[in-house]
Amino acid sequence: MGQIYDFIYNLLPYLGMWLYGFLRSLGLSEEAVFLVVGLIKAFLLANFGLIGFAILTYVERKIVARFQDRLGPNVAGPYGILQPVADGIKLLTKEDTMPAGADRWVYNLAPLIIATCALAPLVVIPFGPGAIGADLSIGVLYVLAVGSGALVGVLMAGWGSNNKYALLGAFRAVAQLISYEIPAVLSVVVVVMIAGTMSTVGIVQAQDVPYLFVLPVAALAFLLSGVAEVGRTPFDLLEAESEIVAGFHIEYSGMKFALVFLGEFVHALVVSALFAVLFLGGWRGPWLPPYLWMLIKMSVGIFLFFWLRATLPRIRIDQMLNLNWKFLTPLMILNLIGVALIDKGLRAAGVSSGMWAAGLLLFNMAMLIGALALPGYLGRRARMAALAAEAEAEAVEAAVAAH
Amino acid sequence: MTLIQAVFIMFAALTLGAGLMTVLSRHLFHAVLYLILSLVGVAGLFILLEAEFLAGVQVLIYIGAISILIIFAVMLTRGMARNPGPPLNNQSLAAAVIAGLFFVLLAPVLAGFPWPTAAPGVPADAIEALGRSLVDPNQFALPFELASVMILAALIGAIFIAREKR
Repeated sequence: MGQIYDFIYNLLPYLGMWLYGFLRSLGLSEEAVFLVVGLIKAFLLANFGLIGFAILTYVERKIVARFQDRLGPNVAGPYGILQPVADGIKLLTKEDTMPAGADRWVYNLAPLIIATCALAPLVVIPFGPGAIGADLSIGVLYVLAVGSGALVGVLMAGWGSNNKYALLGAFRAVAQLISYEIPAVLSVVVVVMIAGTMSTVGIVQAQDVPYLFVLPVAALAFLLSGVAEVGRTPFDLLEAESEIVAGFHIEYSGMKFALVFLGEFVHALVVSALFAVLFLGGWRGPWLPPYLWMLIKMSVGIFLFFWLRATLPRIRIDQMLNLNWKFLTPLMILNLIGVALIDKGLRAAGVSSGMWAAGLLLFNMAMLIGALALPGYLGRRARMAALAAEAEAEAVEAAVAAH
Repeated sequence: MTLIQAVFIMFAALTLGAGLMTVLSRHLFHAVLYLILSLVGVAGLFILLEAEFLAGVQVLIYIGAISILIIFAVMLTRGMARNPGPPLNNQSLAAAVIAGLFFVLLAPVLAGFPWPTAAPGVPADAIEALGRSLVDPNQFALPFELASVMILAALIGAIFIAREKR
């Protein structure tokens, strides 16, 4: 029984060890085995992204349909489960159009860059002990760096399409992505500071208590800026249909459109995987094998994204910028300073790890309540002042009329 | 030729070729894209040197921030879509002479430098050492703080310029 459990628990590392031994027994050199194993890992990870994309399109439509009291896709296959296949075939048979006056190379390369930059971060997502594409020492920095490459793709799509809506959409997208990168990076920095490493494996191993319960402010900021960076509702004003039709990907059709769409969904997948790694303890959990825990924790983030999308309306661009620059960024800077001081103070005082976690949680909760109460108070005061001014103007008008 | 050498030649060719195209490209937007490609090549070279942190920062700052800024500046430049004409102007001869002289000056220095062929291995905690050296008063704490103050000054200046006049 124990052996079977051990086998299921360590399935992925055992498979890797078997593959290594098998390739060595074929007489390949160490370098060649390294290359082949790397290629196989890259193939598997890319397909994880692609299959995840196919499943997510179906799951999103089903979940959003349920939120809106509809059935969702239900024709292709039982419960409409073959809908992604049907969509894929449909997209493949669509005409591959190119707008007149488009910048040929730039226009055609942009979807590739967007899709590649979305798939690349999967390399450092750990699915269990020893089950990771490559355990880079710069782990989370790599994710942030590769993610910024997608900006170039978006700008290329916007420029190359020779369309004003595409260009406006690209400007909006880049403004939003650059803005929200700041709170995202700051919340990652808080985690890196506490864990003492940038390696994703190291961060998971450092989480005896999931950081969601130690650093809730950073977790919230990361999730919010994650939603914004993926560009999903309520932050989807970069593809607001009523204003700029579809944003930077307006001119794309067929499989190129699918690639842009793939980039968006895989980005959502990566953000939720990163959320699981940074704040939910990654693969760690009782009873179940690690890769199952990882998938469950990723689904939590994904479901949150769908939930937000089905619930909230789109925000305006000034609200988007205000939320980032006047709320999230100052909040995260203060949080970074506060967490650094309290962490060092508690460690210097030599308290137990439970007390340390409780102290940080207390500070974070106080900060969260303060951060939510202050804008509420200010907003109420502004509204009251406006109401009073209006009432006064009405009173003057009434007095004038009576006179 | 080992695998590392092949990869090095690939990245070196990418960096140099894209750098050349940056200068030769007539279209301003294409020039920026070639510049980005060249910077990707430099990041690849950093990875080959096992300086992963530098590679990550190279991509994050130079591609994620500075190139995007350049693209914005280019896109907001009036008349950039028009054909700008030949890339050479009447000062091309003087520029070529000065560049040639600079090369003559640089070449003996580079040729005379004893390039170490066997570099010492990179320690596993290189990032930690880098971080510590940035806050160590005996190493780079002062330059690091000075750079931070300069960036802060630039930020405040930008806000002052962009602020609405009351």
